[in-house]
Amino acid sequence: MTVSAAPPLLRTLVAVEDLRVRFGRAEVVRGVSLAVRAGECVAVVGESGSGKSVTARSLLGLAGPGSTVTAGSFRIGGRDALRFGQADWRRLRGRFAGLVLQDALVSLDPLRTVAAEIAEVLAVHDVVPRARRRDRVLELLASAGVPDPEARAGQRPHELSGGLRQRVLIASAIAADPELIIADEPTTALDVTVQAQILRLLAERKAAGTALLLISHDLAVVASIADRILVMKDGRVVEEGPADEVLSDPRHPYTRTLLAAVPSAASRGTRLSAPGTPVPPRPVTDVQVLAGTGLTRAYGTRKAVDGVSFSLREGETLGVVGESGSGKTTLARLALGLLEPDDGRVTLLGRPWSGMPERARRPLRSRVQLVSQDPLGSFDPRHTVGRLVAEPLGLPRRERRDRVLDLLERVGLPPELAARHPRELSGGQRQRVAIARALGPRPDVLICDEPVSALDVSVQAQVLDLLADLQAEYGTAMLFISHDLGVVHHVSHRVLVMKDGRAVEEGEAGQVLTRPAHPYTRALVAAVPKLGSAQRNASPSKSPEERHSSMNRK
Amino acid sequence: MRVLAPLAFLVLLAAAVAVPGLFTAVDPLAADPAAALAPPGGAHWLGSDHLGRDVLARVVYGARHSISIGVAATGLAVTAGVLLGLAAGLSPRWLDEALARSFDTLSTLPELLLALLVVAIAGPGTGSVIFAIAVAQVPTYARVVRAQTFVVRRSGYVEQAVTFGRSRAAIVAGHVLPNVLGAIPVLATIGLGTAVIATSGLSFLGMGPQPPAAEWGSMLSEARNYLRVAWWQALFPGAAITLTVICLTVTGRRMQRRFEGRTP
Repeated sequence: MTVSAAPPLLRTLVAVEDLRVRFGRAEVVRGVSLAVRAGECVAVVGESGSGKSVTARSLLGLAGPGSTVTAGSFRIGGRDALRFGQADWRRLRGRFAGLVLQDALVSLDPLRTVAAEIAEVLAVHDVVPRARRRDRVLELLASAGVPDPEARAGQRPHELSGGLRQRVLIASAIAADPELIIADEPTTALDVTVQAQILRLLAERKAAGTALLLISHDLAVVASIADRILVMKDGRVVEEGPADEVLSDPRHPYTRTLLAAVPSAASRGTRLSAPGTPVPPRPVTDVQVLAGTGLTRAYGTRKAVDGVSFSLREGETLGVVGESGSGKTTLARLALGLLEPDDGRVTLLGRPWSGMPERARRPLRSRVQLVSQDPLGSFDPRHTVGRLVAEPLGLPRRERRDRVLDLLERVGLPPELAARHPRELSGGQRQRVAIARALGPRPDVLICDEPVSALDVSVQAQVLDLLADLQAEYGTAMLFISHDLGVVHHVSHRVLVMKDGRAVEEGEAGQVLTRPAHPYTRALVAAVPKLGSAQRNASPSKSPEERHSSMNRK
Repeated sequence: MRVLAPLAFLVLLAAAVAVPGLFTAVDPLAADPAAALAPPGGAHWLGSDHLGRDVLARVVYGARHSISIGVAATGLAVTAGVLLGLAAGLSPRWLDEALARSFDTLSTLPELLLALLVVAIAGPGTGSVIFAIAVAQVPTYARVVRAQTFVVRRSGYVEQAVTFGRSRAAIVAGHVLPNVLGAIPVLATIGLGTAVIATSGLSFLGMGPQPPAAEWGSMLSEARNYLRVAWWQALFPGAAITLTVICLTVTGRRMQRRFEGRTP
């Protein structure tokens, strides 16, 4: 795409050719060209380390300390950014371009109220007279979809939920009414329903004529809002084009891998890392291995889990979905026997599991193992991979070594890794180590608490495939907890939907997630961004030219 | 140079503690009234004191007293601090509260004052100085270890070890203790500096090793009366204390920076 090809009516807000960013000797952005026009949403998609965030930040002169930014040409707001000094950049930020970052808790000053945060932008750029600032702040909060702005304005970031914090960040980004919003993973840490609201908010700004540059690792998230998509890999753009074309007819093999790796209802029974190949059958027997009845657990007066029952059979995967705070992790801890229920009981292999002294529980401990979201946190920081995997085995030293190497091989890790420290491994390798470790004692039940939510989509695909293979081989039952409905739909035989500590719906995965009975499940399912929606939006009757013109009207 | 100087000094100091004979051939206790208060020069490089003893020899031999008392006190304080901190961190709430509040109470008193109080009760002498300084420093270590124990106890890896069916004792020995000890060498290095000052301070007041033993603090004390005529008698032991403490603190801080840089 070249800038000269832009129709004359559309103002190009930012255009860069051959952008290169180096940190020391490492070049992380290697010749990226992109342009964003008014009323247009351009999405940059890629995995961690692809250079997408650095690209976005470079556009505002924020590439970071130690970076060297060069470009063939770089125009922003009608000026030549290659000649910019610090003062020029500062004038640009906030006023011309607002930046929304992923982690709103870190991006907001913990000591300042919401109102002070937003008023600062107004003051720096002298947008409205001092006397009217307060009113403007409330207006902005309201337009960012913050309910009850009067009350919220006086609160500090830690008093707000993740979704509200993200809205405050958006409110401060749009405070000076910028023509361009750059949003770096604005919804990544959020629940699906909140994510849907934030995306709607951004879409409204776009409709009002603001240009949007959206950075995301998630193709499904950008599908609903982006007009154009750039796919980045290793600092280069490997594919770009209109959103619907990239999503429905990807040309570059990497884009195809990315799209195929997204777990969903459609991907059930097939490998995510090798599309089209079936996973081995995972038969479920009638033997009940783990069951909870009427489980209730309160923290103070708040019931984290409230009367939840579940049962898990040999070889079966029970998916537990719900938003943050719904009690999923508390349920996992009850099932693991790390927490005692206030009411109700857990049985393991037909024997009582809850309400027992720890000493009596210890011999059965190895039957239930945990794979957590944060493998690094579950590893003793001083231990090597080999020692970590050996820990639950309790074998004599000599046999231990062979068994560790065998386990590493099973999860697809080379034996050399046994001597390394987990810190030196990638996220995917760490999660494999965690799985190898959990499988060591040959458990009957594996409890996976958000096992893939910290991973890139292609790594997630490999880990999910690995879990499916292992389940097929060992017949391990799995309690699979995730906030990601696509993932749960892909892996689960049955699904349990949780909200505010209660199980609102339970049943066969396809049934619950495609024909949900409970209104909450319906809302959840509806909020999930779907890759297909881009295709649906661009109805097939339209020719590419028509699509182009409809896009340009804004 | 800036990096190596403090470390080089500490190495020299350790050598002086171990083999003082390397640095001087003179007996630190040999008095020579005829040569009393001789200025630095040929026979006595750093001069002589009021009894004609060689100041250089006394500074070198004095390292043994000052440093070994400091090391012994720090070692005692670290051991007791780790045990008490770990006990508090692992205890039921009421016991933890009781221990933690007693650490807090001890910490409200200045270390030297607390040490003085202990010596006042136990009587002067090398042993009671060690004990007094250790008592004064225990809360520092105990509080750090207790806080760290809380962090480790709630960590993912301890929880994971529970799910492996490991016993409480095995978890404490295998995970909690080793991970709690991480910051201790750093703290102890800085703490050693404080202990050396406290040792000299107590000796200066006559609570430490008794005359005629050479100890930096007591040397300073003796030199007080001759300051006007023999500055060297006070300057060199004073400089030895100052340099030692500076070098220990600089080294400790440097270790701390590296330690914190390594662990996120």
